Amino acid sequence: MLLEQYLPVLALIFLALGLGVALTLVSILLGPKKITPAKKKPFESGMPSDGAQYRRYSVRFYMVALTFLIFDVEIVFFYPWAVKFRELGFYGLGVMSVFFVILTLGLVYDWKKGALEWE
Amino acid sequence: MSPGFTQTDFLSIMPEMLIFGMGLVVLLFDLFGQGRSTRNLAYLTLLTLGAAGYLDVMLLGQFLPGFGGSVIADDFSIAFELVFLVVCALTVLISIRYLEDRGLNHGEYYALLLFATGGMMVMASGRDLLMIFIGLEILSISSYILCGFLQQDRRSNESALKYFLLGAFATGFLLYGIMLIYGATGSIALQDIRAALADPATFQNPYIWMGLGMLLVGWSFKIALVPFHMWTPDVYEGAPTAVTAFLSTGPKAACFAALVRILFEALAATRAEWQQVFWVLAALTMTVGNVLALHQDNIKRMLAYSSISHAGYILVALVAGGEEALAGVIFYALAYTLMNTGAFAVLILSSAGDRERVNFSDYAGFGYLEPALGAAMFVFMLSLAGIPLTAGFAGKFQIFKAVVGQGYIWLAVIGVLNSVVSIYYYLRISVVMYMQPATGDSISTRPPGSVPLYVAIVGSLAGVLYLGIFPGGWLEMSLHSVSRIITGG
Repeated sequence: MLLEQYLPVLALIFLALGLGVALTLVSILLGPKKITPAKKKPFESGMPSDGAQYRRYSVRFYMVALTFLIFDVEIVFFYPWAVKFRELGFYGLGVMSVFFVILTLGLVYDWKKGALEWE
Repeated sequence: MSPGFTQTDFLSIMPEMLIFGMGLVVLLFDLFGQGRSTRNLAYLTLLTLGAAGYLDVMLLGQFLPGFGGSVIADDFSIAFELVFLVVCALTVLISIRYLEDRGLNHGEYYALLLFATGGMMVMASGRDLLMIFIGLEILSISSYILCGFLQQDRRSNESALKYFLLGAFATGFLLYGIMLIYGATGSIALQDIRAALADPATFQNPYIWMGLGMLLVGWSFKIALVPFHMWTPDVYEGAPTAVTAFLSTGPKAACFAALVRILFEALAATRAEWQQVFWVLAALTMTVGNVLALHQDNIKRMLAYSSISHAGYILVALVAGGEEALAGVIFYALAYTLMNTGAFAVLILSSAGDRERVNFSDYAGFGYLEPALGAAMFVFMLSLAGIPLTAGFAGKFQIFKAVVGQGYIWLAVIGVLNSVVSIYYYLRISVVMYMQPATGDSISTRPPGSVPLYVAIVGSLAGVLYLGIFPGGWLEMSLHSVSRIITGG
């Protein structure tokens, strides 16, 4: 059966899980516990946390995230092309150009709609 | 990988390429033509749909597998693509006025409609599980946005969010099913899966059955079969009326196209099992959809439940299998598109202005105030109920005839009984229109309509009557296009 090939992966997952659980358990059981208020904060030695957990974010953050996605997807698909650049030759160039143009249209749309302006 | 696609590859997806390309063009026109009327974009969209229809007709009778067999242009895909183009064209026609009345005439709307239509076409012509999935995703993501197009409206936002969350959830099931089937058979190509299942060892692999179950759940969500239908009424009610017309016809037809392909081309060996599941789902879907529709006071909601039960009728055909029944699926897809969109067009025309008139009580005396529109609505309702001489009757007759022929007498009985029940709520609107006096609240001062809306109503009316009186031509084409699916060639 095909799936049996993935048995080592399954073993690795169990090993990783087991090791993580075991080490945490050991430290909980054997380690000394001195709890101070500073240690009980969600982010020890981080910024002081105050206010409600769920706040309204400016929608601009999402715009930035979406714009980032355009470049991100671009990179993901450009890498394999870069690796095989010579073998693929003009054919690869042509195909990637089509891809690039379509993706750039997304950026143009973003730009024109003002997603890149913060104010 | 050997680069270089052949001409056949591109020929097989020409209509899709045209639709997607023009979707981008519409988007750009809107971007750089600020302030100009979006009516031109709507007409450009219609032109595109016409051109794609022409390409489809040119491809008729061909058998062109492309891109290593992952897509195909055969009569089955083309028949469905023509249905999708009709869906999209009618939606554009009924959207123009609706969007203008609400100040929402953004060009993105038409671009999204084109993308959604392209996605549906990919679903019908995809010949491996991933291609079908990509088509479904293009369709779904576009529809999520279309649902929330009334940005200032709470219900529209609710509709979009609900559709997105449940749709994404269903997508998860679907993808998991695809993964399990890929794991068990070693392929995502429908033909290879079929070949792999011929081997008894693979056939008995439990992953096949888990995968099949996941696939069925995923598709049932997307088609809104009972008990996976909960999202439908809220989503359909909140979405802009024109989008509701689109959602209740196009995506369902596309999902059925993909489902028929997957079940009959790839998973034909497991037919005995999914047949039983679908028997129960079909009986439940028809009954629950109809019973819930009885209680609705909102016509949009009533049509939402009615669309659930109509999906049940189509599912009956899948249970029966066979050439006759599958031809019924294609026939019914077009018939349902015409009658349902026609009904929505009347709703939109009488809601002109910014007030929605979607309650039964709004239509008191409508038949006398607007004789022509009332008569059109009456015909659409008769067709939805399945009265002879309308498209709805021809479709139901084709499906139930095939079902009885295959020996599923009880399913046919349940279906026909449900049709009888549905007459109550379809004709209720006629009773309100013709037998109740107009009140101050009913439609008396309707703003003048627009030409595209009249074109949509007259077009779907003509289609409903034509398919009802002369079902031969479209039925012939449906029969012809499914023959290869059955034999698995």
